[in-house]
Amino acid sequence: MTRLHVQLAAVAAVVCLALAPLVLSPFSITLMNYIGIYSLVAIGLALLTGVGGIVSFGQAAFVGVAAYATAWVSALNGYSPWLGLVFGVALTCCVAGILGVVTLRLQGHFLSLSTVAWGLAIGFLFGNVDGLGRFNGISSIPPISVGSFALVSSVHIYFLIWGIVAVVLFLGYNLLDSRLGRAMRALRGGNILVESLGINAFRIKLVTFVIAAFLASLSGWLYAHMSRFISPGPFDAGMGIEYLMMSMVGGAGSLLGGVVGAAIVTLLKNSVQDYLPLIAKGASGQLEIVAFSALFILFLQWARQGIVPFVARYLPKIKRERPPAAPPLPRRPQPTPGELLLKVDGAERRFGGLVAVNNVSFEVRSGEILAVIGPNGAGKSTMFNCLTGALRVNKGEIVFAGRPITRDPQSRIAKAGVARTFQHVKLRPRMSLLENVMLGTYARTRAGLFAGAFRLNRREEASIRHEALMQLERVGLGDKPFELAGNLPLGNQRILEIARALAADPALLVLDEPAAGLRRQEKLRLAELLRSLRSDHLTILIVEHDMEFVMSLVDRIVVLDFGSKLCEGAPAAIRSDERVQEAYLGGVA
Amino acid sequence: MTSDIAAILAIDGIATGAVYALVAIGTVLIFTVTRVIFIPFGDIAAFTALTLAALDAKRFPGTGALVVILACLATLIEIISLVRTGELRLLPRALFFYLVLPLAVVGIAWLTMRADPPLAVRLVLALMLITPIAPLLDRIVFRPIADGTVLLLLTVSVALHFALVGLGLLFFGPEGVRTEPLTSFSTEFAGVLISGQTMLIVIAALVFSGLLYLFFDFTLVGKSLRATAVNRTGSRLMGIRPARAGTIAYLLGSLMAGVSGILIAPVNTVFYDSGFLIGLKAFVGAIVGGMTSYPGAAIGAVGVGILESFASFQSSALKDVIVFSLLIPILIWRSLASLHSEEEIEE
Repeated sequence: MTRLHVQLAAVAAVVCLALAPLVLSPFSITLMNYIGIYSLVAIGLALLTGVGGIVSFGQAAFVGVAAYATAWVSALNGYSPWLGLVFGVALTCCVAGILGVVTLRLQGHFLSLSTVAWGLAIGFLFGNVDGLGRFNGISSIPPISVGSFALVSSVHIYFLIWGIVAVVLFLGYNLLDSRLGRAMRALRGGNILVESLGINAFRIKLVTFVIAAFLASLSGWLYAHMSRFISPGPFDAGMGIEYLMMSMVGGAGSLLGGVVGAAIVTLLKNSVQDYLPLIAKGASGQLEIVAFSALFILFLQWARQGIVPFVARYLPKIKRERPPAAPPLPRRPQPTPGELLLKVDGAERRFGGLVAVNNVSFEVRSGEILAVIGPNGAGKSTMFNCLTGALRVNKGEIVFAGRPITRDPQSRIAKAGVARTFQHVKLRPRMSLLENVMLGTYARTRAGLFAGAFRLNRREEASIRHEALMQLERVGLGDKPFELAGNLPLGNQRILEIARALAADPALLVLDEPAAGLRRQEKLRLAELLRSLRSDHLTILIVEHDMEFVMSLVDRIVVLDFGSKLCEGAPAAIRSDERVQEAYLGGVA
Repeated sequence: MTSDIAAILAIDGIATGAVYALVAIGTVLIFTVTRVIFIPFGDIAAFTALTLAALDAKRFPGTGALVVILACLATLIEIISLVRTGELRLLPRALFFYLVLPLAVVGIAWLTMRADPPLAVRLVLALMLITPIAPLLDRIVFRPIADGTVLLLLTVSVALHFALVGLGLLFFGPEGVRTEPLTSFSTEFAGVLISGQTMLIVIAALVFSGLLYLFFDFTLVGKSLRATAVNRTGSRLMGIRPARAGTIAYLLGSLMAGVSGILIAPVNTVFYDSGFLIGLKAFVGAIVGGMTSYPGAAIGAVGVGILESFASFQSSALKDVIVFSLLIPILIWRSLASLHSEEEIEE
């Protein structure tokens, strides 16, 4: 299967959708309309929950904000529904923006609980505010008109709804395949990873959150003008979880899964309503939600992945062309060899009463490989985290390229030219090698939301692809750029992380225990790669445990023990130093 | 607002808060032992009230049928999993715990019902009927995904709540109930009338929290539960089975929820779906305690009760909006408080 086949399939799907009203009954059309309207919310959730890892129970509230906003504008104040669209979308995005700014820094389940909280609070608001019809709702909402033509019948609004869904899918897939989209897809890897790539994780989360709310607001607008009546019911907490269910059933993380999930849930609900009365007379309403929740629970127990990813496994893989050569990305001015690049002065870091790093000072000069070594618990990892901004020092100063970075957040340190790798490899296993390396170029490139969605970024994308391929080739992984990163053995995953770091065009490369867990052959290969990078005048700082690996590779060594600097010098001098031998071996035998 | 009104509102709030506190403590208990944020505890509380009302009206409550169905389901699942792992020798044990015991409880309740028992016995019957539900649900719903993320468990928990609401309507019907007050005693304190029911609620909350404290600090089972909460793997190495600890936690938790249901039934009209708000407000209280501290959860829950009481005086329609909006600043505070440790874990 090639790209062309995928495009043909998409065109065929659009044609089928456009011709569907010719064969479908009016009832089926109405059902399709609901599916389309729910799809929009589910697509937003696929982005937010599936891609970004932010589980939201509150999307129904956003649908409600837009629906009530447009009903207020059009039914209660007599303006055009199009003004209602503008007002509804603007209001929803504002509400989402404020909620996002307040809550998106929350961790893990705290964040999801906050969505329950504001989902409920907004849901209660609809039924309790004067002027919004309280629990009776708002009726006689006008239909949407195009020119003088009112979209009254369900067939007419069908084209509007599915037109919007098709455009949203198109833009959504474009976005996911862009610089910003890749950053979104990295969110699940955790804040530390995302920030280490020079990406402001909070900003990306906020953008994703507002996009999801924007899609919910489109859905609310269509809903209000299709059903011509709204009440608080369809926007309550129960509906919030139903939306979540749609996106999870379809396959969280897949935009198409949102549409599939919305279709399955809606059709299932419809058939449950048809058949349950046959089984249990008079109790169908109650059983509906029971059957529904039970199905959802079964689904979560047995098939968390969702339908679209499951089916996609059996489809032929899309064949991709190797990215062609393109103009290179701009490079940062590199420091002259031998110049002072990094200076750590009297760094101290405490955890409560424990002093993990105690008054440590050292320097890194451009073009050298420096190793920080020490036995277990010497404070190596803490030192490393302070250098990269994952932790802050309590005392002392860190200067990089003449600028103090002591108080800088991780992403700013990364942007300044410090690229890192992780002791416990942090790759995105479901992204290809090429895409993982492309993530590294984030801080060097510019394309934003609209450029990504409308494909105005093609030239930059070509350069990014080319750059990523070059870095893959540089580290010796250029033969299979479209392999998934999760399929690589550990040794190659480490090397892939180095390629990702190189793609950031760093002035300083910091490696956190790169040899840990590697087999001998893999270690030799890694050492060879690092030597070749030094010959390209790249400065490298290694925090390492493995003496043998370090001794044959580096120019200078700093030894830490119990948080303090023990000594510093060339490998041969360190090897014969009695204090080092004592620290490692517990006294000379 | 005069000081008289403020005092009345405060007392009212403390009483409501004490009810939430019982549920909140149960929520914290379950969360620490199993990592499940068990939203349906509120439903358990509401079901207890409905069960008691049915017993008062000399009808056999729908809870019986619910327990029977859940017991059959749990037994079936347990048998399948035993067959799969080839541990058939455990079958009699499984049958006893998952089938015979719950059915016996229902049977005893049914037989006792015919003798037209006094109120005290009816209270015990209501609690007996309600306590098997959560452990059975644990077996059916949560045990197969016990290793899942907190988020997955939370999602399942929310779905389970909706299933229970539907079942509640099915088994108890749409009518709201309000049971007879447990006592008609009342007293005046500093010029404010305090009803016996209010005092009973506060006393019950204190007594049950105290008992729980004694259980955790002075019994081996209690200590094993705490150990499971601190470190599942570690306690497993010490011979504690997390699944069993989970069952005990669910039993205790539903007992607390049941008591709160009995206490609230004479004060508020309880419907089949009243549980959600009780559960969520208790949960807000539990979050104040960081989901780990029992006194913190109790104080938080009482705080929520007082806040709700004053909010409903200001604007009864918007009281829930106020309570849930307040959850967001609390969450931010808690998240900031736990930020440091989480980052360390990640590294």
